[in-house]
Amino acid sequence: MARENDAPLDPPRQYARFRHESPITRISLGSGAPDAWLVTRWEDARTVLAHSATSTDMSRPAFPTRSHVAMPPGFFLFQDDPVHDVFRKVLTREFMVKKIEALRAPTLEILDGVLQRMVSVGSPADFVEHVALPLPSLVISELLGVPYADHEFFQHHSRVLIEGTVTGEQKASAQQALSDYLEDLVVRRLREPQDDLITRLGRQLSTRDAADVGSFLLFAGHETTANMIGLGVLAMLQHPEQLPLLLENPVGAIEELLRYLTIAQSGLGRVATSDIPVGGVTIREGEGVIVMLNSANRDEAVFPDADVLDLARPNARQHVAFGYGIHQCLGQPLARMELQVVLPEVFRRLPALRVAGSVTYKHTAAAYGPARMPVEW
Amino acid sequence: MKVSVDVPRCVASGQCVLIAPAVFDQRDDDGLVVLLDSSPPPALHEGVRESALVCPAAAIHVTS
Repeated sequence: MARENDAPLDPPRQYARFRHESPITRISLGSGAPDAWLVTRWEDARTVLAHSATSTDMSRPAFPTRSHVAMPPGFFLFQDDPVHDVFRKVLTREFMVKKIEALRAPTLEILDGVLQRMVSVGSPADFVEHVALPLPSLVISELLGVPYADHEFFQHHSRVLIEGTVTGEQKASAQQALSDYLEDLVVRRLREPQDDLITRLGRQLSTRDAADVGSFLLFAGHETTANMIGLGVLAMLQHPEQLPLLLENPVGAIEELLRYLTIAQSGLGRVATSDIPVGGVTIREGEGVIVMLNSANRDEAVFPDADVLDLARPNARQHVAFGYGIHQCLGQPLARMELQVVLPEVFRRLPALRVAGSVTYKHTAAAYGPARMPVEW
Repeated sequence: MKVSVDVPRCVASGQCVLIAPAVFDQRDDDGLVVLLDSSPPPALHEGVRESALVCPAAAIHVTS
């Protein structure tokens, strides 16, 4: 479904009609993909995502995708329990709130560096290339222990993994390239340990599993946040009257930006592993489901005036921008921290920041955001 | 208000720790939930209810 050209920050308007007329409906994905249920309301979205009889295994023929591909165990988002649980539990301590809070000062320093470089290049500059993409890439590289000098390599393959128009073979080959690269790093760290996540993964898992988990985190850790940083800046430029709210209460403001912008534009796919009654219909065992997070986050039943950005919205935190259920984003404390640091600080440093040319968007990627965003200041 | 947590269900999303840090914490070794106060004072009730509502694993139970 396509977005309206005049509303690049809003989900396709069709979802509002679905929510009112047929909140759970059968849709055709075309191109040989299996038909699936589309879930558009917040409550139904949470019911499906929290249901134990759902699979995230993309290699199942009923999985709602055009590119069926088996991901290795270390890409645990695409595994069901117990495999998913084993890998997630290896990582939960790494992303706990107090560990991520300790990265706040280093993140601000990294932001300082990228902003200074952009300013020295001079305006107009592409905000995605200079700030939105390098910032989270530098943070996740440092956390993992991946040399940032290799960023063009891992950013390229990450873009393939998240692109909706590529084949399963192309995705498998991008995943393989990232994992091979990480395997080499794991082997080196086992020989010369460092205080980084790759070293710790190498000690706890087989070399291949450690490499797969590492490449999954590297991929998931920068593409997503980069999109939110770019969209967040664009949303604030459209709503300058709310800038004081972002500066005074970044914690609450970021929750509303996550709700309003919800980058996961192609939704979350699942296959029912037994019958799931939800919202008056029954999703039968073996059928595919797509849960539209961006539609759920605009559900008027939960968020009054849902299409309005309101950085003071009291229940913004009930959004499902990070998903819901056992697969909910593991890196959410990191994403929140980065957004809380970056978005207010960008406007403090560059109070005259503005768009200087036409912004292009990633219409076919699983995660929506600006592809190019010329700015001046 | 009585609060209880179901540790085996916890997926360490960390939201309760961010919303109600006086009531919830995370274990150092695996990031799973630790209940600091099973009978929190009224001033903390709203945060506890919100934590229970947004917990992705429904691991927080509240009875009044």
